[in-house]
Amino acid sequence: MASTNEEILAGLAEIVNEETDLPVEDVQMDKSFTEDLDIDSISMMTIVVEAEGKFDVKIPDEEVKNLKTVGDAVTFIAKAQA
Amino acid sequence: MAKTVVITGLGATTPIGGDVPTSWANALVGTSGARSLTEDWVQKWDLPVTFAARTAVPAADVLSRSEIKRNDPSAQFALVASREAWKDAGLDQAEIDHDRLGVSYATGIGGVNTLLDAWDVLREKGPRRVLPMTVPMLMPNASAGVLSLEFKARAAARTPVSACASGTEALAIGQEMIRSGQADVVIAGGCEAAIHPITIASFASMQALSRRNDDPASASRPYDLDRDGFVMGEGAGTLILESEEHAKARGARIYAELAGTAITSDAFHITAPDAEGLGATRALRATMVDGGFTAEDVVHVNAHATSTPVGDIPESVALRIAFGDHMDNVAVSATKSQTGHLLGGAGAVEAVFSVLALVDHKAPVTINLDRQDPAVNLDVVTGTPRVIKDGVAVSNSFGFGGHNAVAAFRTY
Repeated sequence: MASTNEEILAGLAEIVNEETDLPVEDVQMDKSFTEDLDIDSISMMTIVVEAEGKFDVKIPDEEVKNLKTVGDAVTFIAKAQA
Repeated sequence: MAKTVVITGLGATTPIGGDVPTSWANALVGTSGARSLTEDWVQKWDLPVTFAARTAVPAADVLSRSEIKRNDPSAQFALVASREAWKDAGLDQAEIDHDRLGVSYATGIGGVNTLLDAWDVLREKGPRRVLPMTVPMLMPNASAGVLSLEFKARAAARTPVSACASGTEALAIGQEMIRSGQADVVIAGGCEAAIHPITIASFASMQALSRRNDDPASASRPYDLDRDGFVMGEGAGTLILESEEHAKARGARIYAELAGTAITSDAFHITAPDAEGLGATRALRATMVDGGFTAEDVVHVNAHATSTPVGDIPESVALRIAFGDHMDNVAVSATKSQTGHLLGGAGAVEAVFSVLALVDHKAPVTINLDRQDPAVNLDVVTGTPRVIKDGVAVSNSFGFGGHNAVAAFRTY
């Protein structure tokens, strides 16, 4: 079932919080995973794998490098669900 | 002249307390940490043993969400115990050279829960869902690595793995790191979190676990005629080891001296102890040599004493051979009667108790000892804590594989 962008953002924020202890409110659409949220490559892959499970989508490994911001991930997941 | 190694900080999370003061207070009065397990898998697999001694305070109550997610439970316990020890030693307020800060942190089994949980994920959801942190979490050196990161310990981070002797071996390695000049301070200890249907099934299959499912609190009964096996425990213990000169220079409080240690191996049987206690005897004697003390100096022994029918006797034989008739004057405590068996964490937690016994001049009680096995010729403390004098406290740990490790602490 397709989720709204708000639902995807909230779900991603929950995953990021569990992985990094960053407050969910810090996970905003314009934030860069590496620059703003200080997420390393292992944590990024963890977030990707858990997002796949949570939103029932596939995020190919080669796509991960294009997910620079939280917004990029939300957009990708929304499209993949459509 | 070898450097004198002292203990300046203590930390623990055990089945009888989430920290050292609580664990020690409960050890003195005699409190069992064993409880019936409530997990679904107990019924699902119809396990022959349905209880264990989980930590009194779950790690999730004191660590952050991410610390729980990114660490195997064994490393979670290591973090809890080591943060307490670090602060207890005043190191949170001290300026030290982190290039000369080491870690010697043991486990018997490592991240077995992480490994088997990941195996379940693989089978049920496929390889994509196996998380990238799986291997860094399950590796036996995970705790040493995590502690090295946490406290910026850059001298070396080492991981002795010698089953139930591991925690005591970690002290021996930490002592050597300081004596050899590699480090001024070493975070030493051991952890375990191996309560899982696989380990319970395996230990039960070898008839090593108590089956007192109806009365878990009475199940761990070292030296008692009716003992029928050990109780699986979990948790961690940490001791801050420090060169005497370093401790004095920063004005640290010194609990006791780590006088001596020794490690030997039986080369007898992969799981059974040598019935004559020869390997343990050699370890005890070597500890006396290493620590520069005699049998007459010993005031207290925290015994390995796991409550298995075959395991408890050879240790008592070894103590009699090594310390002779002086054992009549030594207060022996078997604190696994209360904590259960923390496997790779056992030696570390029992070292914490041994140090506190010297500091408080009190040997903790052994519970559930109703009828002492006549084959065990030891003065075991029961009922109320025993007053002990200044002197040497000895802590024994023996592990599958024929590993014997002994540590001796001296009143400072």
